[in-house]
Parts: sequence; C-alpha cells; structure tokens
Amino acid sequence: MAPLVAALVALFAIAGLAGAAESSTRVARPAIKVEKAGACVEPTDEMRRNHMNMLFQQRDQTVHLGLRSPRHSLKGCVDCHANPATGSVLGKDGFCESCHAYAAVKIDCFECHSSSPRRAAAGLEPIAPMKATAQ
Amino acid sequence: MSLDRRAFLGMGVAGAGAMLAPGLRLIELAQARSPEEAASTLKRWGLLIDTVKCTDCEVCVTACNEENGVAGHGRPATDPQWIRKATLSDKRTGHVQSLPLMCQHCEDPPCVDVCPTGASFKRADGIVLVDKHTCIGCRYCVMACPYGARSFVHEAVTGQKPDVPRGKGTVESCTLCVQRVDRGATPACVEACDKDGGKAMVFGDLNDRAGELNRRLRVEPSSALRPELSLDPAVRYQGL
Amino acid sequence: MAAIHYRKLPGRSPGLRATLAILGALIAAGLMGASYMEGQGHYVTGMSNRIVWGIPHVYAVFLIVAASGALNVASISSVFGRDAYKPLARLSGLLAITLLIGGLVVLVLDLGRPDRLIVAMTHYNFKSIFAWNIFLYTGFIAIVAVYLWMLFERRMNSYGKPVGLLAFLWRMTLTTGTGSIFGFLVARESYDSAIYAPLFIVMSLSFGLAIFLLVLMAASAQPAPAPAPAQAQAVVLRLKNLLGVFVASVLYLVLVQHLTNLYFTNRHGFERFILVDGGVYTALFWIGQMLLGGILPLALLFHPMWSRSRRIVAAAAICVVLGGFAQLYVIIIGGQAYPIEMFPGKELSSSFFDGVVASYAPSLPEIALGLGGFALALALTAVALVVLPFLPASLSDIVIDTGAGRGSEAAEGRAASA
Repeated sequence: MAPLVAALVALFAIAGLAGAAESSTRVARPAIKVEKAGACVEPTDEMRRNHMNMLFQQRDQTVHLGLRSPRHSLKGCVDCHANPATGSVLGKDGFCESCHAYAAVKIDCFECHSSSPRRAAAGLEPIAPMKATAQ
Repeated sequence: MSLDRRAFLGMGVAGAGAMLAPGLRLIELAQARSPEEAASTLKRWGLLIDTVKCTDCEVCVTACNEENGVAGHGRPATDPQWIRKATLSDKRTGHVQSLPLMCQHCEDPPCVDVCPTGASFKRADGIVLVDKHTCIGCRYCVMACPYGARSFVHEAVTGQKPDVPRGKGTVESCTLCVQRVDRGATPACVEACDKDGGKAMVFGDLNDRAGELNRRLRVEPSSALRPELSLDPAVRYQGL
Repeated sequence: MAAIHYRKLPGRSPGLRATLAILGALIAAGLMGASYMEGQGHYVTGMSNRIVWGIPHVYAVFLIVAASGALNVASISSVFGRDAYKPLARLSGLLAITLLIGGLVVLVLDLGRPDRLIVAMTHYNFKSIFAWNIFLYTGFIAIVAVYLWMLFERRMNSYGKPVGLLAFLWRMTLTTGTGSIFGFLVARESYDSAIYAPLFIVMSLSFGLAIFLLVLMAASAQPAPAPAPAQAQAVVLRLKNLLGVFVASVLYLVLVQHLTNLYFTNRHGFERFILVDGGVYTALFWIGQMLLGGILPLALLFHPMWSRSRRIVAAAAICVVLGGFAQLYVIIIGGQAYPIEMFPGKELSSSFFDGVVASYAPSLPEIALGLGGFALALALTAVALVVLPFLPASLSDIVIDTGAGRGSEAAEGRAASA
C-alpha cells in the first residue's frame, strides 16, 4: 500500500512541477490581444469577473428604458476591442471568441449583434470580418 | 405680522407651484434625449401618413431596409418585411390607392398582451418593440397582430447594422427607428419620403401641442386602421 | 368491494419490441427534423410569415387536447363516483401525462429559440394565456403524477378522490386555456370567439376517450394474463356510448359556431372560404372533420348491431382521431390562410401577401417532428405499462355494473368472468 501511495505522490509532484513552469506550452492559453492603448471602461479585474453581469444589466436598461450609456454599450466594447486585421471580435484572434473558446462558454450575442466596429459599417474602408465560427 | 393657518398654507402652495412650474415646462420642451435619460411617458411618438400624397414609389421601404439592415434572401414568403406598400382597390367603386403599412405602435397592443415572456413590450414613449434577449420565437404575436406587422426571422442573419441587432429565431417589426429617434432624428422612412417621395409622412410627438404632428391631427381629419378594435394606434392615415 | 388486481405488460413480447422499434425510429426522425429546423432556420419548413403555425402545432395541440380528455375516464370514478371504472383510472392518468409530454416536446422543439426554454420558465407576462398555459401544463403533469401516486399506494387511496377532483378542475382550466389561445385573438375573424374554450373542452373529451379506448384495446390484445379480450370488450362497449355523446357535442358546437358566423355579414368571406371554396381546407372540413370525424363515428357507435363489435368501435375511434386532426388543421392552418380583413370592402394586395389566401404545404421536417411527438407519447406509455402495473388484471367489476335495463349484458359479463 505504502509504495503505491508513494508512487502516486511522486507522479503528482512531477506533474505539478511541470505545470508550474511558466514557459510550458502544454497548457493552452487564450490569445487575448488588446489592440487599443489606454484602459477599459472598468478595471480589468472587474471586467474579467463581471462583464457578463454588466452586459445583462445594461441590455435590459437599453432595450426597455432607452438608456444608451456610451460607457457600457456593447457597440462601445466592439468598437474598441475588434481586431483591426479582421475587423471583428470573433474568430481565432477575436477578443471575445478567443477567450470564450478557451473557457468553453458559449455566447450567442453575435447571432444578433454586429461583431464589427461602427467605422466599418459607416462605409469607410470595408474590413471583411472573419466568418463567425460555429457555436 | 402674524399669519393664520390658511394664509400660510396658501402662500406655501403658491410658492411651491411657482418653483415647480418652470421645471415642468422645460421637460415638455426638451426634444432630443441625452443617452443617460430614460424614455418617458410624457412623449408619445407617432406618424401621420397622407395616402393622397402617397405615390407608387417605394422609397420608404428601401430606406427602412437600408437603415435597419433588413435584407431578403429571395424567398418572399419567409423574408422579413418591416414596412410594405399596400394597394387598396375599392370593390364597389374601383378607386385605387396605395399606402405604407408598418407596425402601428398601438396604445393597447395585442402583440404585447399575448407574448408569454413579455419580450414584446411597449416602451414608455409608446414605441412597441421586441426584446430579442427574451423572445423565444413562439410566433404568437405574429398571430395576434391585427395589421400583420410582425415578421419571424426564418434564416440566419449576417452583416447586421451595429445599431440594429437582429437574428434568427426571433420576431421583429418596425421599431419606429428607435435608434434614430433616441438621438433626435426621424425614422428613415419619413426622411426618405420627405427627400425622394411624395412628402406624405409626418413624424413627431403626439403629445406636443406645439409640434406639427399634433397640430395637423387636431386640425385635419385622420383615421386609424381597424378603429373598431379600439387599439389607439400611434400611426394615423388620411385619405382613407 | 373486492380488491382490484393490476398487472404489467410482459416486456419480452416480440409485438412490444417491434412496436418500440418503430416508435423509436419515428422519435429519432422527429429529433432530426427538429435539429434541422433549428439549425437552418424555419425557412426549410412550409411555414412562412403568413402561416407561422403549421403541422407541428396541429400535432401538439391535438396531443395536449387529447391528454386532457384522456383523464376523463379516471374522473368518472374519482369525481363522478362510478367506482366500477376505478380499475381504468391508472391507465387514464398515465395516458394524460404521456400525451401531454409528447405535445409539449413538439411545441418546445418548434420554437425559434428552444435554447431559451429557461427564459420561458422564468419570465412571465400574466396577461398572456400562453404564460398561464405553461403553468397549467407543467402543473397538470405534477398533479396527475400525484394522483397516480394516490391510486398506486394503498394507504393513500383515500386521498384519490380529492386529488382526482383537483385534477379534473385543473384540466378543465387547462383545456379552456388551450382553446383561448385562439379565442383571445382579436385580430383574426377566424378566431376571435368565446366558443373556442368550450369547443376545445368537448374536443378533448372526444379525442381523449378515443385514444384511451384504442390504447386499452391494444394493451388488452396482449397475451394472458387478462384483461381477457371479452372483458375488455365489455368495458369498451360501455364507453362507446360516451364517445358517441362527445362526438355529437363537438358537432353541435361546430354547428353553432358556423351558424353564428353566417349571421354576421362581415364574416361571410371567411365562412365561404371554409365551407365552399377553400380548396384543401373545405375538403378537410367536410370530409375529414364532419364526415370522418363526426357522422361516420356516430353511425358506427350508435348502430344497434355494428356497435357491439370491438373492431367497429376501434374503427370509430380511429375515425374520431383522424377527424380530430382534420379539424385542428382547418382551425389552425385554415384560420391563418384566410387573410386578415384590414380594409373591409376593399381588395388589398402587397409584397407581404396581404389580402390573399396564403399557401401552405407541410414539409418533411415538420411532419417528422409532429409524428415524433406522437410516437414519443406512445413509447412512454408502452414503457410505463411494462415497468409499472397500470393495467387492471380483471375488468369484471365494470362488466357487472351495467345499470338498469341491461340485464342481458350483465348475464353475458358474468358468464365471461366465470
């Protein structure tokens, strides 16, 4: 019994050490690229934890009450976070999709909402958005 | 000087009234809302359509489709239509006329009554909308609309306008260009009719006695569609 | 009163396995159809912006209406005090649940956004009869499940009657709610009428009893132990008169509805469409609903000679079911095909198919979905009959309770059970 336990402990220790190495490429990480300089509308920590709740709240206020806060609008997020090369927050290098694919959390925002920034829609230099991958 | 109770109360009421009255007047006069202000019941957006001036053109339809990103797929039975031109021909007299038909933004909308989740709702300023986040696509509102104004999105949508989210599996209809109205502009159909059409459409606040819409409705005869249903639509027609 | 014995269906019979295999294939086809519809969008179906509710809804409404009526046989014993029908109460309750589940599955899978079922269960607009129906349908399943528990568990048997009464009142409300889905639609002259609530109630009694009889006959055709076919036959003959009364009630209310509509000049267009020149809808109304679903079953069920045959009663029940489908097709799809009269006295035309009779052709995914729901209901019933003792071992109690003036049948029954 004891040798078995010892072997298991050793196995886990090796695995743990291997995982702790920062330069390890075995663990996938999301490729989050923030293109624009400057800060987001809220602190990064808060956005990471709460952006979904902020969006849920904001969308009810916008749709039902007509409150179009420029700070918390989804259009604002997309305008800032869209990948300039692809013109979209979706796709392999898209801000939203790269992290959501990593976390395996399906979002259906962009079935209805445009994933392209407004400058593309305004008719300036057409940026072909990357095809949204299947959800 | 000593005041008796009645005099004191009278002065208090007069003073309060004097302080409040200018504020009320200013709220009435404000036109464009700031983005941080909610829609309010003090306004009620409406349309007046003069079918005599309405010609055979379709600029209202084209403008609406362009503004809201409504594109067909070549399947007219299932493609959504937010506004359409209808032709009326009197069975007895043969008189023919045309008019644009869209969501009538009723005061008592049947579509709002029947929606099981409350996705179909009337905003405080009278615009009837569909909250696509809550819509489950049951199509009961399409059955309930007396004007056939609602469309079900039968296919996946791509290339949406950023201001107008729309997607497969939900129901939609004319939003009175709420994205334009909220920034103080007029609906796309009205603007296009003014510019390229018969200048048959007037948009405005039904409650604003100083506005053109209210003035014309007070002065000229107009009618609602299917008035026997007592839905009090915000869209009124002339020449019917 | 002698204790009633119940039995389970034998699980190893080849007939049962073949039935389950076929039903399983139909369910799989239904799921594929639903997946295709949801993935591609509803443009792959025959439904359009003019006809938004199609074949899936015909099936779903039929199943929901029949589910409510299937509980009627249990109500006869628990609510109306005819204890002789108590042995059938368990099967009646089971069918009520399984048919309702089948109907609800079809309804949910046809939604534009079925992934938002949680939204539908948590956001309610209580002015909508649809919202009330969500409560009524799910509550019905729960109440009937509790009712079955009262029936199954010996020490709870005494609570069977109060829970049975609650289930009865609940299903009356539920069916009123289902009929009112159409009756509350002020927009369309094809609906917009208070008659839909009572019409759906008598339809539920008729369709539910027909399905109950067919399932009872199918289950009692299994090899022994009983109910031996002769005993089941006696039960069936007792209930066939009731089915005849229900079919006649449906005919009566349909007659009243159309007579009243014919009195209103502004409804003549719609009446002409349904009764005369609506093409497939007119054919379904006269041949499907009135003849196959009305006159023919009445003739079969009340004929002094023919109606004593079990096969004839089964044929009549099948006719009632087919006629019921035809009736719902005319109500749901015919009602949408007729254009909304927005401008009385004027001919209307537009790019949105205003003012014209809309065309509709059921597509394969829709039919598969509807059939799959029906198959699901039957499959759940079959599995339940194998797993738990729903079927009575002996129907002799019912055979003996023949009422006044039916001495010869009583003697026949006693001889059969001896």
